[in-house]
Amino acid sequence: MRDVVYMAWRYLVYNRVKTTILVLAIMLIVYLPAGLNVLVGQSAARLTARAGATPLLVGAKGSAVELTLNSLYFDSGTPELARYREAERIAESRLADAIPLYVRYRARGYPIVGTNIDYFDFRRLRLAAGRSMAVLGECVLGAAVAKDLGLEPGSSLVSSPENVFDLAGVYPLKMHVTGVLAPSFGPDDRAVFVDIKTTWIIEGLGHGHQDLDEPAAASGVLSRDGRRITANASVVQYNEITAENLDSFHFHGDFGDYPISAVLAVPRDDRAGVILQGRYENADAPAQILRPGIVIDDLLATVLTIRSFVVAAMLIVGSGTLVTVALVFLLSLRLRRRELETLLKIGGARSRVAAVLCTEVVVVLVLGAVLAAGLTGVTRRLGAEAIQRFILS
Amino acid sequence: MIRINDLQFGYREGDFSLRVADLRIDKGATVAVIGPSGSGKTTLLNLMAGIALPRAGRVSTNGVEITALDDRARREFRIANIGLVFQEFELLEYLSVLDNILLPYRITPALHLDRVVRERAEDLARQVGIADKLVRLVKRLSHGERQRVAVCRALLTQPALLLADEPTGNLDPVNRDRVLDFLFDYSRSAGATLVTVTHDRDLLGRFASVIDMKSFQDLPEEVAS
Repeated sequence: MRDVVYMAWRYLVYNRVKTTILVLAIMLIVYLPAGLNVLVGQSAARLTARAGATPLLVGAKGSAVELTLNSLYFDSGTPELARYREAERIAESRLADAIPLYVRYRARGYPIVGTNIDYFDFRRLRLAAGRSMAVLGECVLGAAVAKDLGLEPGSSLVSSPENVFDLAGVYPLKMHVTGVLAPSFGPDDRAVFVDIKTTWIIEGLGHGHQDLDEPAAASGVLSRDGRRITANASVVQYNEITAENLDSFHFHGDFGDYPISAVLAVPRDDRAGVILQGRYENADAPAQILRPGIVIDDLLATVLTIRSFVVAAMLIVGSGTLVTVALVFLLSLRLRRRELETLLKIGGARSRVAAVLCTEVVVVLVLGAVLAAGLTGVTRRLGAEAIQRFILS
Repeated sequence: MIRINDLQFGYREGDFSLRVADLRIDKGATVAVIGPSGSGKTTLLNLMAGIALPRAGRVSTNGVEITALDDRARREFRIANIGLVFQEFELLEYLSVLDNILLPYRITPALHLDRVVRERAEDLARQVGIADKLVRLVKRLSHGERQRVAVCRALLTQPALLLADEPTGNLDPVNRDRVLDFLFDYSRSAGATLVTVTHDRDLLGRFASVIDMKSFQDLPEEVAS
């Protein structure tokens, strides 16, 4: 047996280019469906786990999937916007705790999540450094954001314009980093958390500017009508909230009319949850309530159906590749006919010559399978988060 | 040692045929086989080795009627008793010099590769001047060196019969004499029979007997040492 393996190995090493191609082909045949299964399985588990930990979600009527992905993973498009009044209504009902979410803006590519500090308790997020946000303009960074951007408490981070071509749009807001979260190995690691009012300031619904009663601002004042003052663009607008200008920041209108993307509703108990759900069953209700677990399960059912088609396609392609590999071996036998005849002429045993050839095939198959298993293992360790980000981006 | 009686051979295709009424080669004889191209010299060697089978007649080698053996038995007999040197060497290019010499021991369970065999292989390589090239792939050897590897491979099993098909056909005079000397030395020291196909009439004087393939047209042939 040792001689058989040795002969086969020497042949494969000598023809290393052909061997490598065959091994890689086998590796791909095995890895593609196996790796896909691992990735889909892990992604499904992660999606399901976070969705399962989020009891109820309230948002404007529209795509339930978009609402769920935006609210849970901060990585989908902005859903139809609800009003802050929805959060107030849920809180007043005393059926559930209401945690508002406004996920629309970004800072250096990372989503800015407008919420309140209850969110950290709800998701069991722990500060690794610094403190939570306390006043307007402060932010807390997810672990990955802090690491990727090299930020720490005391640093600052500027929000990105929603549209760089909108010259009349709101100014970016320079935010102060007050804390960094410990890694939670989920979407919270890659988010920037601010008080929800800070997101309204980013949107321009709240702002701070030069005191119009000061002489320096006089040239910018166009008209005065009681408390109503009209000014032009020469009045200095603040794009950073500091201790000095904090008092100048103010909001116009009723908070209840301000936009949010969703409300995380945490019912007091199951009964309260059912009652709360019932209140949104009315077709005339301005908002929808949904259980993220069910939405994600439906989404995954679709993904898994697609996966089965993809796996089927891979198996067909893999079978074709396998046939090609078999053909390569058969053609190689034809090319080696003289060599094989020589072995038999010398007096070699047919069984041993056949064993050498079979061992060559087996070694290629085993190497391909081992590499595929290794790659699948690496995928199991590293791949799911990356692919999840890829899918959701 | 080799006995051929009433042999008739022909290929399925083509009109080549070979008839040998009676041929005997004694043990330890050194025999040259000559004849024009296509006269059946290589075929005769293949018949003696049991690689080819006649339509009729008997071939006995070392007292064993190899024409009566099945394919497996013939190969087992061949690898244990006959050393073959091919005209084109037929070395395996993916093996080193040493592995090519050891090849008979790797391709049959009938032979066991051990330290003694390895030492014998190295000794043979030393005798033919390729001991310093044992780990080299054969494709990196010169023509003459490859032929010496082929000869070492044929002698490794210490066969009682050596069949060489134009072993010096493509060699320069120095390498030709070197290979022939080696084959004759082995035949003499081991008492082995040496049958060599050659086109080189200058070499015939070194052989005890000569078989001319033309003689197989009609006449029986007897060759003795």
